Amino acid sequence: MMENPLVKGIVGAAVLAALISAALLFLIWLERKFIGRLQHRYGPNRAGKFGILQMVVDGIKLLTKEDIIPEKADRAVFTAAPILAFAIAFLPFAAIPFSESLVVSNINIGILYILAVSSLAVVPTIMAGWSPNNKYNLLGGMRAAAMMISYEVPAALAIIGVVMLAGSLNMVEIVKAQEKIWFFIPQIIGFSVFVVAAFVETARLPFDLSEAESELVQGWTTEYSGMKFAMLLFAEYIHSILASLLIVILFLGGWHGPVLPPAVWLLLKTFAVMLLLMWVRATVPRVRINQLLNIGWKILIPAALLNIALTGYARLLLG
Amino acid sequence: MIHEYYVPVIAFVAVGVAFPAVSLILSRLLRPIKPTPEKLSTYECGEVPIGSAWHQYNVQYYMYAILLVIFDVEVLFFYPWALVYYELVGALTAGIIFLVIVFFGLLYEWKKGVLEWQ
Repeated sequence: MMENPLVKGIVGAAVLAALISAALLFLIWLERKFIGRLQHRYGPNRAGKFGILQMVVDGIKLLTKEDIIPEKADRAVFTAAPILAFAIAFLPFAAIPFSESLVVSNINIGILYILAVSSLAVVPTIMAGWSPNNKYNLLGGMRAAAMMISYEVPAALAIIGVVMLAGSLNMVEIVKAQEKIWFFIPQIIGFSVFVVAAFVETARLPFDLSEAESELVQGWTTEYSGMKFAMLLFAEYIHSILASLLIVILFLGGWHGPVLPPAVWLLLKTFAVMLLLMWVRATVPRVRINQLLNIGWKILIPAALLNIALTGYARLLLG
Repeated sequence: MIHEYYVPVIAFVAVGVAFPAVSLILSRLLRPIKPTPEKLSTYECGEVPIGSAWHQYNVQYYMYAILLVIFDVEVLFFYPWALVYYELVGALTAGIIFLVIVFFGLLYEWKKGVLEWQ
């Protein structure tokens, strides 16, 4: 039964959607609690022990909240944006390997597929920015688009170093190639570039210029409420999970690790990277948009190009 | 085979669209619908909105978009190269020459002030 690709796809997609939703509820609670504690606040502490039921309560609230579509908005695009945002954020998970055999579609050009699909995320962002006919949405959407397209290039260039070492575009092969040494050691420049670029792509503090609540109200999600807002929020958060997974799979040895089963190692490492994301968010102040673009074009891209040249020579010399 | 790889992707598209669509329909059944003119007006910090947001807007990242196209094509050249350069004689040198040309292009744009957000 599981050999049929359609059955495999549907089962895999349903299981992953359920797992991701459960992980989201837990991670959003954890993030609020963790950042609260880092900032000497309590964080959520009313619903259930340690506020653990907070996300359930929030979910019910978002589900039953009145959903307002502004009169002057383009209704079709306004409604389509959250659905598309979620679908596009969810697509890359088809090619993510959780262990050597635990992968829904072991695409031979997996990393290229993931890059291609995740670069579509700029489309629903522009849709959500433009359709409500609201100036804050528009400004936030434009900023988000500039950020996303600027940081796609360094991320893709940094991955080339990994591909050169692994000699394959297949995600499983890339992890297998890290059995002796995790790629963040020989690829320290590429690793640094990719981590920064991945952090920007997740659009969280210190790079949440597309929301920047102190200047743009709520950025490109200003006019959204209720379940549509929840879907945009989910999509953003799934991008964070994907970024952490990619950092682990490409640079931190994927599922390699002693004693515990492979999939557990992968999830543990991903969780550690998520904690780092939260820690950075709680600690670092927001950068300005021109600073952000300068980091991307004037530091990260030259560094990534240098990394490709160095990796090429080093592999030829050292064999 | 190709279909073995991409049929599951189609299933992912279906589930990825169905999940938010079902949530939106579910919430439509549960939530109140009581629109008033004030609720439906565009949010502008409580003021009556001035004009529409759909007018000519200075797209500051126009140049970045052009640069993105250039660099994305370059990246696409590099992916197949990265897979085979190890086995082909002289491929590394050729790749580095291409890389240096692109880098000088970036330097030129930098000097022209294209990389400044105004």
